[in-house]
Amino acid sequence: MVRLAIIATVLAVWEAVSASGLVFRDVVPSLLLIARSIAALLTAADFYRNLAVTLGEIGAGLLIGGFSGLAVGIWLGANRFASAAYESLVYYLGPTPKIIFFPVMIMWFGVGAGSKIAMASVSCFFPVAISVAAGMRQIDRVQIRIGRSFRASAWQMIRKIYVPAMRAPIANGVRLGLGVAVIGTLLAETKLSNQGLGYLVIQAYSRFDMPRMYALLIILFALAIAANALIGRLARPRQH
Amino acid sequence: MTRTAPWMRSTATARVLGAVTLVLALAIIEGLIRAGVINRFIVPLPSQIIAALPRIVAEENVLQRFWQTTQEVLWASLLIAVVGIALGALLYRVRVLRDACESWVGALAAAPIVLAYPLFLVMFGRSATTIVAIGFVAGLAPVILKTVEGLTGTRKVLIDVGRSFRLSSSQQFRKVLLPAALPSIFVGLRLGLIFSMINIVGVEFLINFGGLGQLINDLAERYDLPGTYAAICFVILTSIGFFVAAERLEQWLSPAT
Repeated sequence: MVRLAIIATVLAVWEAVSASGLVFRDVVPSLLLIARSIAALLTAADFYRNLAVTLGEIGAGLLIGGFSGLAVGIWLGANRFASAAYESLVYYLGPTPKIIFFPVMIMWFGVGAGSKIAMASVSCFFPVAISVAAGMRQIDRVQIRIGRSFRASAWQMIRKIYVPAMRAPIANGVRLGLGVAVIGTLLAETKLSNQGLGYLVIQAYSRFDMPRMYALLIILFALAIAANALIGRLARPRQH
Repeated sequence: MTRTAPWMRSTATARVLGAVTLVLALAIIEGLIRAGVINRFIVPLPSQIIAALPRIVAEENVLQRFWQTTQEVLWASLLIAVVGIALGALLYRVRVLRDACESWVGALAAAPIVLAYPLFLVMFGRSATTIVAIGFVAGLAPVILKTVEGLTGTRKVLIDVGRSFRLSSSQQFRKVLLPAALPSIFVGLRLGLIFSMINIVGVEFLINFGGLGQLINDLAERYDLPGTYAAICFVILTSIGFFVAAERLEQWLSPAT
């Protein structure tokens, strides 16, 4: 009830501000116009084509960055010497704004999808690597000793002990990685692209089509939050 | 456990190896570029990048740009601290509101807010206000969530002590709840400041306005490759410095509570 009341109040205030003319009307467009834009977007084939482009770039980036992050994280988490030597590099490079690498990515991979995939890969590599390395160190030592007592090979240790024991850290790393990969890809699309949802956002801005821009942002936020919640659910321990 | 050589047990040796690997990697890249294996029109020589660092500091007003970015981060941080802690305290006080809104704030933290920068451009124009506003919105959620977490995690015995001294509601908040919640609030502030800084530099780059982010964009558009790489290195070093400073500040302030 409280939630409904809050939503109703916010929508009513929005509509009142929009109708009052106190704020420049295009900045706060009517809810009806935004709803129409959402409906128009969701029924347009062009939207799904651009969505597919963005999802493809994010998916490819997540695969490349995620698997590299997983490999590096397992290596750093399993080897104390390697961790002492190299983990600080990963740890401190993690919080840098990745979009600043975009000019370099354009030079290396061109202005097409390659540079966006590279942005997504670089963005999601760090959270996955950091989360997996931390998760590796939290694995029950008994499980590791059991694996070794069975003379498991390095690959068997990864497959049978490390990865199953790290479901939650890996899912958490992927969740964080997905969030930054989405941001990296879409920002890169807004900066230089001719396809993808980021391109649609900046196109709406260039045309000053505010209802369409609001509609795109609402859809993007909803997709990002839903994906985050889905992976977050996977990260939760199973109830036995 | 596999046996390790004694030299591999030393952290100092490991750190030296980390630094040596970095230098070696740069030397290999230098060699590959000079040998023509890597195109020097895509990747400049590392020696050129190092040489470009003092040049961009002198010619591109790096210190002034650094100060501009720092000012934007400071303004956003101030807003984050004031609004974030106040909203966190409000959510703590009003249980109904907390139950209704806490998951929304969590969702806000997961939302790619920086993507709304064209919207902020329409509202505030291509100005520092846009950059500060995005930095503020991007860093707000962790501060609210951690403030609520810190306040709700206050030990009951401390609250009971406050009650036994017949503290008023505001005294209880100032003298018991807030000090007990400070470690958690500082964690939120550190996260908020880092999110804010990342977004501020990112938006400077995207809208080609402001301090360090714009510098990278400027140099890339001029196709000054060593300068672009040097500016990226400078921003990385700055963000690492900022990150370390935020960590130290949190450690320094937390034991005092």
